[in-house]
Formats: sequence, structure tokens, C-alpha cells
Amino acid sequence: MDLSTKYMGLKLKNPIVPSASPLSKNLDSVKQLEDAGASAIVCYSLFEEQITHDSHELDYFLTRGINSYPEALTYFPDVEDYNLGPDEYLRHISRMKESVHIPVIGSLNGVSTGGWIKYAKLIEQAGADGLELNVYYIPTDPELPGYEVENMYVNVLKSVKETVNIPVAIKLSPHFSSFANMAKRLDDAGADALVMFNRFYQPDFDLDNLEIVPHLMLSNNWEMRVPLRWIAILYRKIHASMAATSGIHSAEDVIKIMMAGGDVAMVCSDLLRHGPVRITEILSDIMTWMQEKEYESISQMKGSMSQKSVTEPAAFERANYMKVLNSYKE
Amino acid sequence: MISSKFSTIDGNEAAAYIAYKLNEVIAIYPITPSSGMGELSDVWSSLRKPNIWGSVPVVQEMQSEGGAAGAVHGALQTGSLTTTFTASQGLLLMIPNMYKIAGELTSTVFHVSARALSAQALSIFGDHSDVMAVRQTGFALLCSNSVQEIMDTALIAHAATLESRIPFIHFFDGFRTSHEVAKIELIPEEIIKQMIEEKFIYEHRKRALSPDNPFIRGTAQNPDVYFQGRETVNRFYDNCPGIVQKYMDKFFELTGRRYNLFDYYGDPNAERVIIMMGSGAETVEETIDYLKQSGEEKIGVLKIRLFRPFSIKHFIDKLPKSVKKIAVLDRTKEPGSNGEPMYKDIVTAISEAMTSDNPPFEKFPHVIGGRYGLSSKEFTPAMVMGIYDELKKDNPKNHFTVGINDDVTFTSLKYDKHFLKENDNVFRAMFYGLGADGTVGANKNTIKIIGEETDNYCQGYFVYDSKKSGSTTISHLRFGPNPIKSSYLIGSSNFIGCHQFNFLEKFDMLRNIVEGGTFLLNSPYGKADIWDKLPRIVQEDIIDKKINFYAIDAYKVAKETGMGSRMNTILQTCFFAISGVLPSDEAIGKIKYSIQKTYGAKGDEIVNKNFNAVDKTLENLFKVEVPAKALGKIELPPIVPNDAPNYVKNVLSKMISGNGDEVSVSEMPIDGTFASGTSQWEKRNIALQIPEWDESICIQCGKCAMICPHATIRIKTYDKKYLETAPAGFKYMKAKGKEFGEDTLYTIQVAAEDCTGCTLCYEICPVKNKSEVRLKALNMIPQLPVREKERANWNFFKELPEYDRTKLNIHSIKDSQILQPLFEFSGACSGCGETPYIKLATQLFGDRMIIANATGCSSIYGGNLPTTPYTINIDGKGPAWNNSLFEDNAEFGLGMRLSIDKHFDYAAELLISMSYDLGEVFVSEILHSPQKEEIDIARQRERITLLKEKLKNIKSHNSEMLLSVADYLVRKSVWIIGGDGWAYDIGYGGLDHVLASGKNVNLLVLDTEVYSNTGGQMSKSTGIGAVAKFAANGKSSPKKDLGLLAMSYGNVYVARVAMGANDLQTLKAFLEAEAYDGPSLIIAYSHCIAHGINMEKALDSQKGAVDSGYWQLFRYNPDLLKTGENPFKLDSKPPKIKFEDYAYRETRYKMLTKSHPEHAKHLLKLAQQEVNKKWKQYEKIEKEHAPEVKTENKI
Repeated sequence: MDLSTKYMGLKLKNPIVPSASPLSKNLDSVKQLEDAGASAIVCYSLFEEQITHDSHELDYFLTRGINSYPEALTYFPDVEDYNLGPDEYLRHISRMKESVHIPVIGSLNGVSTGGWIKYAKLIEQAGADGLELNVYYIPTDPELPGYEVENMYVNVLKSVKETVNIPVAIKLSPHFSSFANMAKRLDDAGADALVMFNRFYQPDFDLDNLEIVPHLMLSNNWEMRVPLRWIAILYRKIHASMAATSGIHSAEDVIKIMMAGGDVAMVCSDLLRHGPVRITEILSDIMTWMQEKEYESISQMKGSMSQKSVTEPAAFERANYMKVLNSYKE
Repeated sequence: MISSKFSTIDGNEAAAYIAYKLNEVIAIYPITPSSGMGELSDVWSSLRKPNIWGSVPVVQEMQSEGGAAGAVHGALQTGSLTTTFTASQGLLLMIPNMYKIAGELTSTVFHVSARALSAQALSIFGDHSDVMAVRQTGFALLCSNSVQEIMDTALIAHAATLESRIPFIHFFDGFRTSHEVAKIELIPEEIIKQMIEEKFIYEHRKRALSPDNPFIRGTAQNPDVYFQGRETVNRFYDNCPGIVQKYMDKFFELTGRRYNLFDYYGDPNAERVIIMMGSGAETVEETIDYLKQSGEEKIGVLKIRLFRPFSIKHFIDKLPKSVKKIAVLDRTKEPGSNGEPMYKDIVTAISEAMTSDNPPFEKFPHVIGGRYGLSSKEFTPAMVMGIYDELKKDNPKNHFTVGINDDVTFTSLKYDKHFLKENDNVFRAMFYGLGADGTVGANKNTIKIIGEETDNYCQGYFVYDSKKSGSTTISHLRFGPNPIKSSYLIGSSNFIGCHQFNFLEKFDMLRNIVEGGTFLLNSPYGKADIWDKLPRIVQEDIIDKKINFYAIDAYKVAKETGMGSRMNTILQTCFFAISGVLPSDEAIGKIKYSIQKTYGAKGDEIVNKNFNAVDKTLENLFKVEVPAKALGKIELPPIVPNDAPNYVKNVLSKMISGNGDEVSVSEMPIDGTFASGTSQWEKRNIALQIPEWDESICIQCGKCAMICPHATIRIKTYDKKYLETAPAGFKYMKAKGKEFGEDTLYTIQVAAEDCTGCTLCYEICPVKNKSEVRLKALNMIPQLPVREKERANWNFFKELPEYDRTKLNIHSIKDSQILQPLFEFSGACSGCGETPYIKLATQLFGDRMIIANATGCSSIYGGNLPTTPYTINIDGKGPAWNNSLFEDNAEFGLGMRLSIDKHFDYAAELLISMSYDLGEVFVSEILHSPQKEEIDIARQRERITLLKEKLKNIKSHNSEMLLSVADYLVRKSVWIIGGDGWAYDIGYGGLDHVLASGKNVNLLVLDTEVYSNTGGQMSKSTGIGAVAKFAANGKSSPKKDLGLLAMSYGNVYVARVAMGANDLQTLKAFLEAEAYDGPSLIIAYSHCIAHGINMEKALDSQKGAVDSGYWQLFRYNPDLLKTGENPFKLDSKPPKIKFEDYAYRETRYKMLTKSHPEHAKHLLKLAQQEVNKKWKQYEKIEKEHAPEVKTENKI
């Protein structure tokens, strides 16, 4: 039985890839992920904003209140060197590469164009096999039109593609007016893969203290329907690989994504809940299912239920909604 | 000759540079102004920098200077090259060991930034009182007069001590030289190596104690031989000066810089000579050059470098044979003596020479002695001229003072204060800034740029006031082609930068500017209106002195470029752009280069932000068109309000306005005693934002007033009749609570002009506006627009009567905060974590409180002039306060208790003896009053008032005696207050003894977990994993559990509190501690600027400390044992967050993850284990102390 797949030019032994999560912060758990059967691993994100913030924060607190009072001209020892840049992240990528045999995909969240380029290059130099651009961005400015946001995505991708030689994936939010067009534009700009979709922190209210509580819920299974739909729609309409992320919790979910036309299914919440061993279980279930249904390979099923392959393509469009309503009427 | 490179460093660094390279063991303890030497050594050691033999010196912080000296002695006795750094009281604590070290002829050098000693007051500033107090120990005393000399002389001292076997004190003037930044030649390592003769190191090691070559040293000797033993060392002292001179000569050969034991400068045929040590000698030298130009001849100065051992021969050789009159200047005072030490030595030396077979002078020179420069008092060319003028007189004044106006015993010399002498080829610049605005940082950078990037020599000296919030800094910078000798503040300046617009109303800003000079003003006003916003006097100065006037809105540029409130880069750029010190383009390039060097380690973002600030500065800087006439309408406001007491108006106001040098001797108290409650007159107006009360949603919880560090949020409840004269807009609401009548009103008022704008009141307010949750019952609003209105409100509010304290339930936060604080408007940091505890104690017990205060932050904001915060109530009662020392505070407080108890006992004895006259029932009531609750105290006060009335009518010795001690019959509350440096380290022995004494004292430890006042050095209270000075790699051992140690006595009340996490528990602890008739210890979590936290969110840190289980709240009350209750109450709930979640909010912990990431992980793990262990331990203690449950016997 052949579970292999190809994702952003990388040949993978199966379609299960742990997405960027705290599990990649520790070399032990990275190793466990590999042992459990992960075919590649996306490292947690390097946040340019965090690097900038750490620099500013350290500078602010080390200099706050200094040179004010004659007995205490400073408050901290003058340590000459700080580990403030991306060094720790880059070292970690290198160490991951040394400790596992599967491909390691770096993940980057930039702010400035310069930052995207600089850190992408550094991640490549650290040995990453691929790079995922984690465009974690919530446009809140009422003066900012949608096309500028779209251009920003495309430009970031173009700049990075011009800078590095490793394959580049871009992780997206589904919140574009015309997602299919957006996907096409990114595809045209050279994306090696589209990762669908990013999940953001959703602020919640604490009614006792009347405060906002930042919250990231682990994904629910139903969330995979969104990438499922878009992968099915985009299959064969773009050249880039497609990865689904959000709500993939079982072998059935992985199989569905493959049938929609996805190249890999990224798992995260389920691993955080049950540990890396969950990959082994899912792989085993996939094989059982394929055996029962007499599938020979993943490539055999890939795209088999994409929009272009089903009898009712409209099911992925508005009619889908209509049908749901109808089903309630029955 | 080996070429050396230049560097721009301060005096402390110059000393540490040599000391570090030539030692193996360094024992340190923080004390101003020497701390910098220890701090640098610790950092270098943590960075694994080697000494000249390629080995990294061991740096060990000790618990006191006494401890440091002991460790030095031990390390020397076992053969290590060992040093230490200290000053002032620290040097005094080393004296016993110094006798030992010298008695055993042990080679070492102590580097001392010489400082005043505590007498009528503490002073951190420079003079020679400390080094003169050790001149008898047997140490050699070698003095440096400038930053360059510090580096040079330090090396000579180290070389000489090894050969001579005489230990050395190498000293220089505290602050003036230790903190002066100057461009000097670094001594290359090759020269250092050549100066040290290694055979003497081997000999030093051979003399070491070793079981492989055992011997006994440190015996006890009897009357038969001790004396002879003491005389054995004489030849070493005889040889020492020659050895020092030998190394001075060798140093000259190697470097070209010439030093001698005594150096003479001036006319070889001088008749009038000044003899002195220290930086002032440079000023004399400079003045001689000037006076020579104006025809004054036959004057000179003799600089003493090696004061001990004193070589009469070398001294006489250097003194011109023509000398007729000599003024010996001592920078110390020896009250009661017939002259200060150096004066007497000189008289003796001349006398011995003149009575020898070969008298050097034709006639015995007329020698007078004088005191100058105590506590860094300025010593200027004008004073030098005054001294030379005095020497012209037939009978010059002996035992004179110079630099002050002694209008009591008339010791002071008169001199022409307007005589200003500045070298024309030296560019001088002065900058007025706020502590927080980056002015000093910018200037230090400017000096570095000019020093290191040009051929100019430079000098920077910085004057700070003693406030920890809103402090003013004045920077004095000089640049010129030759080494700069002016060791005094700039008198006439080519450039003045005023970095805060409101300073124009506080200081005579342009007093020191030269005609045609340049004035830079940071102004919120633009080209169009800036001129009209200037006070008239400033306008006049600008016009009269033909000043080039430039301005910039630096705050705006700072904000736009992400620099926040720091304007260092911006104002530095302005200086270079307009001062003409360097060509503008070249200067900008150098600033950017320097930015890269300074901030590179902190990341590209910081560098780019500063680059951007430079560019934006040039776009925003503008020259102001100066009109021909000053028509300004703005006059300078009075320094203190008109209704201030006379002493405040006449004397303290001079200090407030920076003119304290004008205060005469007669205006100073004779014994250091000052009236309480003066901080209320120093309206500093430093808050940009102040809280505004929204009475419509206030729940009257009182938390805001409780947490307010500066007692600027006040609460009063009062009868509504008082409202009649209230100013318009005065806010109030009906008082809630059954203790108040229907007509009682409640007001929260802010003292707008005293507030520092810390926002803690806003942060702690628990109420949120239902329509807009960001609003609370207190909200921050800009101060300036409401200043006048709130001044009127405050003035009305403060006259409202205080509520009867006997009617309040002071066990509630709400009512306790209606009590008047008797500690207000201190100069503590904005948002200080310590002061709320002190304030609370004064609210509860202030009217019968005596405080012994350890030296540290609390003694500085508690007692640093010009104005002090402890105040009095309407009856004239309030805390009585004194600061003895750092190390003895517990003992000091215990002495107070003993004395007060003795007074009480004696009063009781007298009462009983006078029972017949006074009435037995009355006497019995007095003696048996429980004095537990407020009502009891009030009743007792009434009785004592009546007693005093009665006594006035009884004419007897006993009556008179009783009258003098009658007040002690009202219970007094003794509080021993200090920080963790005192309680955990230097004062622990005494604290432990006082706890063991069983006496009724209350010890309040304001625990910031570092030596905050001296800049954040590690104490034994510092937590594991925290970075502090002297723990640059993070502290590797856990915090000492002082509470547990105290509890082990069983009869000590102990509480650990954190007001920001649990204010009610804090209040209970204070009340219980005070009520407990025995020793009580309160350990109070005090957040601090030295933690590197956001001070506005400091309460979150307190909560984090408690929630993580790091800071366990508990109370141990032995009184409860009497009633069979559990004396130990663990007030904290089990940990609910990880230690990491608390610690990594704070830079002190987090910075280690940036500097030593792996080590940080390791220490974090240990820290969490320690928290877990401690929590279990405390749970166990609570269980163990639980009373046994008695089971009834069932039949």
C-alpha cells in the first residue's frame, strides 16, 4: 500500500504533517512525532514582531530609570551580549534537522518586507527543507481596502520566493472576498503550496472581571469542512500543492482531504490532546480503511471527490447551502 | 615606549581596570560611590575575562564591608592576590581587619572612592573623612587626583605593595573623580606586566598558610613582648616611600607620565604655597596658571600623593626653599582637635625639619590649616584665589573654612564669588534634564564620541538631586585640546541645553551662559509662539547676552520615532548640529556609528529606531528669531507657597531651587534636627497625568488610598456643614457604612501637585463603569489643565477636620484609609512598592510611633533634604524618625525600646510615689489602662493631659521629673524599618539578636530582593534565577527564608505580606504585629524599579508572586497559642500559576533567557522546585501547628 504523497516539491512517505505548534519546540517531542510516523514537520513560527518586541522591551527595561539618582545610575549589570535575534530559532531548526530524517519546514511570521526577506534567508541557511509563510494578519484599519491586503500577501510571497531556493508555502486565512482568485494570484506568484487555513486567537469576554481574554480553542472536527471545500474547488485549478489544516482529527478526515485534492493533511489539536502517538493510530486507520475499500495508494484517491470529479460540482457552491436547508425540510 | 590607546571612562572604571587585572580574589560589597568598581569586576568575571596571568578572578559579594575585609584577610593569608573596593562607612567597618592585615605585613590594595562619614547627617558625597579615619591602621595612603591618575596610581600601588609588604589604600575623590567621565590613556597589559615584579608574588604566596608548610600566625601576646612585636615593622614603613618612588620612576620610564611622592607645581621661588591632596589640587594648579598671567607670582601648590607612610625628607625636598606661608587644606573635619590631620602632619614635618641639624628654611614658615570641600562642596578657582589672598595677610586666619559662610564661629574665608576662570580653549556645555529623559545618557555618549573619535580631551560630570522620581540632572561637559584639570562645575558655559520647558520657571537657566553662547530648548511650542511662552527673565537674558537660540519639540520627535519619553539621541543630535564642536555632517556620522556600537547588542530594531530619530531631529530643529525687546508677561512663581513656615521659605527654599550653597552655618540646625512635615511645601508638579475621581460609581473601598505610594490620594469623611465654603467643583458623596451618620459626607481628593502620576490607584480600583469598562472610579487625566482647580480643592480638603479615629473600624481597609497618613509626598520612585507599607503604619500608629530606619531607599526618601515626608497631625503628634546606620538598625531600634520602657517604668514609679497627691484611683487607671484599641489610647491621652495639669500645680522634684517622662505613659510603638540588604545581610546579626530579645519592637522589612538604593545588587533575599548586579549570571542559590528563621524562636510574631496581592491580610498583619507584646517581623513584598517591571502594572507582579506560590502569605501569631488556636495561618491559596508565568514578567528574570538561555532554563527548573518545596513546607507547618482535636471519652 502506497501512502506517499508529494507536497511543495518534497516527496513525503504519507500525507500526515504536524503543523506549527508547541510540539516542535522540544527536540524530544519532534523525535516522537517522527517515530509516530509524521512525514514532515512544520516548526513553530518565528515572529518578527516578537524579536522586535523583545529588543524594545529589553532596551526599555534595562534603561528605565537610569542616570536619575546618584546612588543608582543603573539597575542591572551591563551584560555585553544578548541573544535577541532569531538565533535561538535558527539553532533550533538546525538541531531539528540533525535529530530527524523527515523534512523540516520552517515557519515565519514577518512584519516588514525587509524582515520577511531577511529571516526567510536565515531559515533557509539554517537548513530548513521548506518554508511556510504564516501571514498572521488581521486588517482592522477601516481605511485599508481589501485589494491592498491581497497585494500585501502576493508581494510578501514574491519577495521571499526571489530570496530563497527552498520551496515556499503560504498559510492563509479564508477571509478573502474571492478566495479562489486569491489562491490563483498566489499560485501565479510562485507559491509552492497553499496551507488552508490559519486559525486566529479569538478574544473572549470575562464577564466577572469585564476583561477581554485572549483565547485559542483547539480545533473542532467540523472546522475541516472549510479547507475541504476550498481544496475540492481549487484542485487542478492551481499548480501549487495544497495542505489542509484545521479540524483534522481522524483517518476519515485525512482521506476526505486527499479525495478533495489535498496533498497533505496537517494535524495539530489532536496531537496536543492525545500526543504524537495519535499519528500512528491515524495512519493505521487509514491503511485499514484503504484495505477494506481496496485502495492501493493515496495518489489513487487524490482529487477523486474534487469539484471537477464529482457528479454535482455545484454541491461545492451555493447549492450546497440550499441542499442543507432542504434536508431540514424533509 | 609601548603605545597606549585612549578610552573615555569614569574614575571607578579606571581603578577597576587595574585592580581586576592584578588580582585573583575580589571581595565586594555595595556602597556609594564605590559600587561601580565591584559591579564592573563582577560583570568581567561573569564574561570570563582574565587577569594578566590569564586566569579569571573570583568575585565574591559579602554581607557587609566587615565581611569583605574578613574575606580579603583570609584570601591574603592563603596567598591570593586580593583586593576590595569601598568608601565611607564601609571603610570604617574594615578597620579591625585593616590593623590585622597591616600588622601581618600583607600586600594588598584597597581602592577607595573617598566619601563623607555619617555624623549630623549622612552624605554620599566626596571628601576625605573616611580615609583620614584609617590613617592610623598601618595602611599606606596613596591619593589620585584625576581619572588618568587613578589608573596610573592604582598600578603603582599594586606594584609597591608587593615589594614593600605594606598594604595600600588607593583613594580618590568620591563622585568628583570616581564618577567623572574623562578621556584617558589606557595602560597596555604589557606595561602592567612590566611594572609587577613577579618574585614578590612568589614571596607573597610563600608566606601563605598551608598545611604543607604549617606555622601559626595571629597569636595572643602578653605585656612582655607585644610592644616589641609592634615595633618590628618600622623598617618596612621606612622603606615604603622609597619603593613607591621607585615604581613611580619606573612608571615614568614606561609611560612618560611622571609622578612623585610629593609633586610641586608653581613658581620655584614661591612664597605662598597651598598643600593638599585630591582633585582640588588640579583646580589650584589651573588657577596658578591663570594668576600667573595676571601678574600673581611666587605662588605654588604641593600635591601630596603618598600621605602614609609620610616621608618628611621627600616632602621637604619638594617644598620651595623660598616658602614663607603655607595653607594646608584638609577635606575632612576633626571636631575638637587643634587642626585637621594633614595640617598637623605638615606642621610636625616642618617642625622636625627646622629643628634638625640642617634646617631647610631660613625662617619657620607660617602654616595655617583650613577645611574645604566637605561632602563634595565645590572647590573653585575663586576659592583658591581667596586662599592665596589670605596668605598675603600678616596674620592669615588659621583653622579656616572656605566655600561656606560660617556666620557663627566666623571661620570662613571671604572670596570673590564672581571670579570665574575658564580656559578659553575649552568648550563648555551644560544640560538640564529630567532623570528619565535620557539627558545624562546622551551626554555620556557625546563625551565618548568626542573622546574616542577626535583628538580632543573631554570631561563629563553629572549632578543629580536626591529625588527618585522627577529628579533633575545637570550635566557639565568640557572638551579641549589638552587634558582637563577643572575639577569643579562649569561657571560659564558656551552652550546650555534645557531639556524640559518647565525648568525655565524653576532655575535661573541662563545664569551661566557666555555672551554669544548657544541655547537649546526642548519646547512643545513652535516657531510662532515659543518666544511668548518664555518667562520674561529668560527673554531678557537671551537678548542681553546675544544668545543663539534654537528649539525643538523633542518629545514629539521621540514619540514619532518610537523613542517613547527618551530624548537622548534627539538632543544629542541637536547639540552636535548647532554647537559647532564638530562639523555637523561628520558629527552625525559619528553619532550613528556610536548608536550602532551602543545598541547593536540589543538588536537592529533599536539601532534603526535611533537612526531614524537622528534624521527626524534635523528636520525638526529650528532657530528662533529673537526680538529686540523682552515684553514677556510670565514671571517666575515663588519656590514654595507663601503660607509655608519661615524656615521653609528662608532656608529650605534655597535648597529646593538649587541654591543650597548659599545657606549659612547659622541657618543650619546644630545637631541635625529638622521640623517634620516639610515635603508638603515642595510642590513638584511632576505628574503629567493625575487621577480624577468619579464619585458616581465609587464604592468607597479605600483601596486607592491604601496603595498610593505618595499619599496623594486622600479620603475624608466629614459633616456636610463644612461644604458651605467648598470651592466650586469640589466632589463628595454620602459616606457609606453604619459608623457614619446621615449627614456624613465622603470625599476622595488628589493632591494634584504632589502626585507622581504612577497610576497604581487606577490599576487597583475594582469598579468599572458599566457603559465603558475602561473607565473606573478613578481615571487618569492630564494634570496641567486641572492644576489650579485641584489646588483649590486640595487646599479646602486639607482643612477639613480629620474624622474621630475612635469611631472608625480600623480593621477594615475602608475605614483604615480614612486615617490621616503621617508620611506624605516623599521623593520615592513613582509607583514605589515600599512606601505604601510605611504610610499604612503611620496611619495606624503614626501619632505614637518612633522609627529606627536603616540606611537605604527608605532613609533617602524618608530623610533626604531639602524636604522630608514624615509629618504631624492636628495635635502636633507624628512619627519621630532617625537613621543611624545601615548595619545597626535593629540594635538602634531596640535601644529606643529599652529607653522608652525605662521611661515608662520610671514614670510608673514616680506615679506610685505620688499616688497620694494625684489620687490612687487616677494613678491606678493610668497604670492599668490596656491601651490596646484606639479608644483606650485616646482615654490614656486624656488622662496624661490631666496628669500634666495636676503636676504643674505640684511643686516637687518628683513632679518635675514625672512631667518630663509623663508622655511615655501613652504606649509608644517602635518600628525598625529597612530593606532586605539590611535585614538579610548586613544587619542580620543584629536583627536576629533583637528578635531573640523578646522586646516589643516591630521590624518592617521592605523586601525588594536587591539593594535598591545602590542600584540593584544581589542580597540574600534575591530569588534563584534572578539577575542582579553581583549576580550577572543569575543567582544560583535560593532566597533566604527569613520568616522561617524568625519563627524558629517561637515567640516572634512573623508575617509575610504583599499589599498588591492581599491588602486585607497586610492590614491584619500590621495590626497584629503592633498589638503583639514582643518582637514582630513583617516581611513585605515591595515591587521595585530594579526588577525591570512595568511600574504601572506592578500590582500584577505582586499577584503573580503570590499566585505562583513564590511569595507565600502567612501570619504566625504566638498570642494565639494562649487561646489554643493555630498560631500559623497560611493566607495564600495553593499555587495556581507556574513560577515562570510570574518571573518572566520581570526583566530581572527574563534577561537571563537572553544572555544565558541554557543556564536560565536550568535555574528556572530549580526555582520551580524551590517553590514546590517551600509550599509543601508551609503546608506542613500549618498542619503541625494545628491544635490537637480532643476526643471526648465515651463511657
